[in-house]
Parts: sequence; C-alpha cells; structure tokens
Amino acid sequence: MSKDIRIKKGLDIKLVGEAEKKTATATRSNVYAIKPDDFHGIVPKVIAKQGTEVKAGEPLFHSKSNEKILFPSPVSGEVVEIVRGAKRKILAFKILGDKEQQYVDHGAKDVNAMSGDEVKSHLLASGCWPFIKQRPYDVIANPDVAPKAIFVSAYATAPLAADYDYVLEGKEKELQTAVTALGKLTDGEVHVSVGKNSNSPFTGLNNCTMHNVSGPHPVGNVSVQIAKVDPINKGEVVWTVSPQDLVIIGELLLTGKFNAERTIALAGSSVKNPQYYKTVIGAEVSSVVYDSGVHDEGNIRVISGDVLTGENVKPDGYLGYYHNSITVIPEGDDYEFFGWNKPIFNKISPSRALTFSWLFPNKKYTLNTNTNGEHRAFVVTGTYENVFPLDIYPLQLLKACMVNDLDAMEQLGMYEVAPEDFALTEFICVSKQPHQQIIREGLDLMLKEIG
Amino acid sequence: MGLKDKLHKLKLKYKGKKMAPAFNAIHTFLYLPNETTHSGSHVRAADDLKRTMNTVIMSLIPCLVFGMFNAGYQHHLALGEIEAVSGGFFSSEFWTLDNLVVGLWEILPLVIVSYGVGLAVEFVFAVIKGHEVEEGYLVTGMLVPLIVPVDTPLWMLAVAVVFGVVIGKEVFGGTGMNILNPALTIRAFLFFAYPTWMSGDKVWVHGAVERANEIAGGAQLDAISGETILGGLAQGKEILAQAASHGKEVTYSIADAFYGFIPGSVGETSAILILLGGLFLIFSKIGSWRIMLSAVLGALAMGLIFNGITNAGWIAESSKFYALMNLEFWQHLIVGGIAFGIVFMATDPVTASQTNKGKWIYGFLIGFISILIRVFNPAYPEGVFLAILLMNVFAPTIDHYVVQGNVKKRMKRLKLKTA
Repeated sequence: MSKDIRIKKGLDIKLVGEAEKKTATATRSNVYAIKPDDFHGIVPKVIAKQGTEVKAGEPLFHSKSNEKILFPSPVSGEVVEIVRGAKRKILAFKILGDKEQQYVDHGAKDVNAMSGDEVKSHLLASGCWPFIKQRPYDVIANPDVAPKAIFVSAYATAPLAADYDYVLEGKEKELQTAVTALGKLTDGEVHVSVGKNSNSPFTGLNNCTMHNVSGPHPVGNVSVQIAKVDPINKGEVVWTVSPQDLVIIGELLLTGKFNAERTIALAGSSVKNPQYYKTVIGAEVSSVVYDSGVHDEGNIRVISGDVLTGENVKPDGYLGYYHNSITVIPEGDDYEFFGWNKPIFNKISPSRALTFSWLFPNKKYTLNTNTNGEHRAFVVTGTYENVFPLDIYPLQLLKACMVNDLDAMEQLGMYEVAPEDFALTEFICVSKQPHQQIIREGLDLMLKEIG
Repeated sequence: MGLKDKLHKLKLKYKGKKMAPAFNAIHTFLYLPNETTHSGSHVRAADDLKRTMNTVIMSLIPCLVFGMFNAGYQHHLALGEIEAVSGGFFSSEFWTLDNLVVGLWEILPLVIVSYGVGLAVEFVFAVIKGHEVEEGYLVTGMLVPLIVPVDTPLWMLAVAVVFGVVIGKEVFGGTGMNILNPALTIRAFLFFAYPTWMSGDKVWVHGAVERANEIAGGAQLDAISGETILGGLAQGKEILAQAASHGKEVTYSIADAFYGFIPGSVGETSAILILLGGLFLIFSKIGSWRIMLSAVLGALAMGLIFNGITNAGWIAESSKFYALMNLEFWQHLIVGGIAFGIVFMATDPVTASQTNKGKWIYGFLIGFISILIRVFNPAYPEGVFLAILLMNVFAPTIDHYVVQGNVKKRMKRLKLKTA
C-alpha cells in the first residue's frame, strides 16, 4: 500500500557548491583501495594476498564471523599492498588497476525464475552482499535472518547529496531486476521512497511499494521512512539498500558482471566546477577533485560522502564503498575574534541569538569545519526535537548510550536508529557533543551484548 | 605578530599544564577557538554555549540598569528628598543621574563580588579537575545581584556564592550536571542562613537599616518604611491601590508595580522589562516559551482559586491570609519576584524538565506553587524561589514519566505485533 510520508521537523542545510547536472568521466585512477572500516563491524580475513592478480568482482577478503560474506575487488589488477595499522589491523587493500578491465563472469540470471535461496547464494557468491545493510545496528545484513521488509530510499535530502533521479537515469532495467531479486529475500514488501513530484526512474517499477516523501532533511534517511511505514520492534530485522547499489546488483544479475562503476556528485564550496563524475568504487578522490580544481588548495577538507555523515579521506584518499558523493569544504582551523558574541550572518544557526540565518531561509552558505565552540556537557534542551522527526527522545537516548544503559537504550528506541539520524542534532548541538559517535558506540555495545 | 598568533603560541605552551583551563577560559573569551570537527558531522551550526549564555545576559541587562536607577529612586524617595514619579515609565523624575549614582554605588559591588567570587571558584575547580571553565556561571553571576536586596552585605553575598557554586553545582560535576539552580541555591542560602537580615522590611531600600540603627541609637528621625508590596499585603495593609501615595501610609499604584517603581530585590521589580527580556528569550529561541507560558498560567490559576475562595466568603476578612488571597489574580504577576523567577530562573535548561511535555507540567506547577507559598508563608511572602527549587528536584521525576509514556507506546506496538 503506497503511503505519503511527510515530515515537518528537520533542517535543510543549504550549502554553496551544488553539483551541476552534467556528467564527465573521471580520469582513470591508478590505485583503488577497499577499506574494511567502511564495513562497520566486519573483521576481514584476507583471501587475495599481496601480489595476487584479481579480476573485478573477485573476492579480496571475507568476514571473519561469516565466511560466506565476500568483499570483491572493484577492478581487475594486482593487489599491490595491504595497508596495516596498529595491532596489524587491516586498513586498506590497494589494487593497481589494469588498463583493460577483466571481469569475473558470474553468469546472467533470469531473476523471475530464481528462488529466494538462489538469489541469496548468488548475491553472496558474487560479492554483492555487503550492499545489503540491516536495521537494527546499521551493519551488513546477516544472511541467516530473514527481514520483515526491505527499504530503499531513493530521495536524498542530505546537504549537497547526489540527486538520485539524475544519477539513476536510464538504469530502470537494472533497478527492476534488483528490486525483483530483493523481493524474493523477504516475506514482506520492498518499500521504495521517492521524492514527491520527482521524476524518479523508480516510478513505474513492479514488485515494490512506492512511497512519496516530502519535507526537510532527514526525510531522505531510511530510518524516518521505516518509522513511518513499518517501524522496527525488538527482535525484528529490516534490510536497507541504497539505490546506486541496486544498479550494481541489477547489472550483476542481468549480465553476470560485477561492475563497480557509479556516478558520483563532486560538490562543496571549495570545488571550482561542481558536477557529476562517472567513476568506480575505491577510486582515488584526487582523480575527480583535481580534475575539477579547488579553491585554496592548502586549506581543504575532502569528504567521501556528504558533510553530515561522510568520512574525512584527505586529498590522497579513496572513494568509500557506499558513498556516491565527494564533498570538498574549507577547513576552519582559525580563530575568530569575539566569535562567540558578535552578530553572525555567514553561518547557519537554529536560534536567533544574534545569529541571522533565520532572515535568509534560502541563502546558501559556505561553512567550514570549525566547531564554532568548545565541547561541553549537555546544557540546552528541547532543540534537538525540532530537527528530529522520529518518535524518540534524542537527548535521553544519547545519555543512555553514554552511560551504557542497555535497558534504557532498548526501551528508548535504539533499534530504530542509525548514527546518520543524529547528524542534524549533532549539527545544531550547542554543547558540540559527538552524537553520531555516541550512537555508533551504543549500537556496537548492543550488538555485542544483545546481538 | 598579532595578538592572535601570540595567544596561539601561549596556548600551545600551556597545553597539558595545570593552568591550561584558566588560560583557555581567557583565550576563548577573546577568540572563538580553532577547533575543527573530528567525527560525525563535518560542519556545525554557529551557536555554542557561550553565545547561548550571552543571550541570556543581554536580556538581563535592562533589568540591571533599571535596578540601579530604582535603588537610587527608592533611597531618595524614602528619605523624602524627591517626589514620587507622576509620569509614565520614561518619567524624567526617575531616570536621574542622582538615582543612578546611588544605584551604581550600591549595586556594582554586588555584581563585582558575585562574578569575582563565583568565577574564582569556577577557575579553581577547573584547574583542580582539569576540565575547561564552563560558561554556566556567566548567567548565574548576573542573576545573583538581581535577586538579592540592595542592602545585602557583601561578605554575606560572597559566602553565599561560594556555598551555591560549590554545593549547588560543582559537587555534582559542574555546569550541566547540577540538580538545583545555582543562583537560587545562593538566594536560598542567604535566606536561611541570615533570616533576620534577609526577611525583614528594612533591606529593600538602601539606607533603611542604617536609619533604623540611628533611631535605635536615639536619633530623632522618621523611620524609613522599606517594605515590599508583598510584605505589606502579608500584614493586611492596602498597599497596592489605584492611586499611589507616599504619605504616612505608603501605597503603590498598579502602574508603579508594572513599571517597577517599587521596593524589592534589585532586578525583580520591573515587570515590563522582565516581559521584554522574556519575549527576547523566546524570540531568540534560547528560553523555553513552554515553561514561561505554563508558569504564568499556573500562577493565574492559583490566583483565581484564591479569589474564588474570598469571593465565596469562605475566609474571614480578619484572617491574616485575606489580603494576599484577595489580591486580584493577575496582579500577583506584577508584584514580588514571580515574573523574574518565571522568565529567568525557571527556564534554566539544566535544572528544568528536559522534555517538551515535561516543561508544561514543570512550569505550571512552578506558577501554581509560587502563589500558594506566597499566600501561606507568613515569614517571607515570596514563594517563587522555593517553588522553583522544589520543582528543580521534581523535574527528573516529571521527565521520567513523560519518557515512560514514549516507552509504553513502543512496548504496546511490540505487543500488538506479537499478539
């Protein structure tokens, strides 16, 4: 049953440097990297040792806890380095890409004729499983537990996020195949949310339930949509897949090739020509960032993902496994004279305490990475609720996480949230508390203690 | 090399040292720090705790300035040196240099002692415990001189501030962790430690105590009546009247009370400026409108109940509670400290209820209980500070039940599902 999802609580952070709707092909990256840290909670077990030649789609490592979950190489080439950190923790697999790409042939499949188990084992074997994440805990889905529903949010509301309607244009066939395949993995429905009045390639797809969503960020967050459509209770599992990963799954099923190519948005106020690029998972970010050019090169932060939830990858970093945008903004490593009491016109503020962003609701801002204040204990109350559309008490949940109170976390709705849902409360937090980190650690604790 | 770079070098020098928090407190006062985001959201909104606190202080400044003029005005008026104001709020008889000078002389020391002693305690604790100096005291330090009588001895204030900051806040872990409002803890300490001084009718007007001592010493002078409107009402006097008179029996008009030309604690008298400050806090989204509105409603409700009792004739006119009970319900809001308490003290986010629903209950009960205490407390006819302290203690309980409501909803959903 289709449902309109509309929220009022939230905040659209309008930033300078939105990607222009034209796509260039990124210069080919020399080295590609897969970072096991992108897959939260996964401990990697190496399959492709240093020096191995791999084809695109051939596994690099599997999960220590479940060796069926394989993590494939996005390109063909040689594993030139396995970067290790403290305690020999694997930080990245680096693959020197071939000029001519070789793909593992998993064989084209007719999805309609496949059973649920066949789909599952095919996705596991082909290395597409990591694209499927689960709630609770926001980690890669456990293939042994059937979800009650699968959610896909095809409406991005995060600041400067890639527009799904644009990047998925012309991919209807892949999307349909992937959605049909996912539908076989659950007894429930596949829910797809698209922007109201948008021109989404998802409209018109079969085997899924469409929802029209509207409202400010975070309405595009899948947690909000789950809460409105079919909230998660204790003991229930919901899977989520992001739309650009559906394309890879769809292409695999149609052609048998694991094609890690995706269209990403290069955005942010430090980018000279923000636009879309066709590139590959794990590519060097410099291959697109310097193609476009940046302002004030010595003073930038390169983020794989969006400004609220992305990862600081530095200019010599790599595109994250799940990310479909690269954002470049200025660093804010500077002092501001009497910055705490003078009137502020050039920053976003949820209050009107001599801050004037409320006067210009449509202005686009150039924000840097300064925290605009020091870390403090929680003092102000009642502000998080204005940007937090879930029926959950955010402050109380954060405090429960900080004191590791598992019972309270469970009762207050921890199963329904992901760290990204606390990005806005973190953004407006007067005490500059690290909300997403607190929630992530809380989820990890629950996963460990309750499972 | 500019000041910015010099301070940056000093900061690096002090890093990890014992005195770092003290230096940082001064440094961050001058400059917004160069801290950048490390985890989670890469950008942050403009507001920090300093800005929030500063907004509250700005809304208090008019009350402070008015309090200075009023201290001088009450002093001169009581000595019979000037006539009572006849014009409106901007009456030139009130805003005179003479009045201001007395006010400055009397009230600036209160402000200085409050900030000096309080911040010293904060710095000491920050250095000992190795955490940053938190901003909570910026507002507390401003509130304290505004809620004490003008003739409060400075040593008493200093002792009370030390007590309030240490016992009211630091033992719980500092700003954000306290259960009781520190400013009210200080006020309560003064009230309970020095009751004869704090609850008489002589401390409200500068010079009244001195004059009383002179009379006791045999001087042939008229005593200064420095009693507040509430004090008068508690004794059954018709002190609040349609027209003001300053003859033998002093009375004040409604307009006097609304504008604030009445004796009382330094900053609490001017209802109109408190109203403006409250509106500013609501507009800037710093103060909780839910608490303010519900507290006003609570006070009006209790006032109406008392009016109903007197109208029904259930209480004899000779009763000592009659005058306060018979005060028209809305007039409760413009006399005494209730308006100040509702706008600036009840809304302290740390000690108030933290849930939006809880704020309605919390605020309403503050207003309700304030008037209740005001009417029935014979020793000191102002209840707002006791009511707020009481509700501070109950705020976590209110929140607990509000949050449980949310938990129950979730459990019910689970049951429906499994049933």
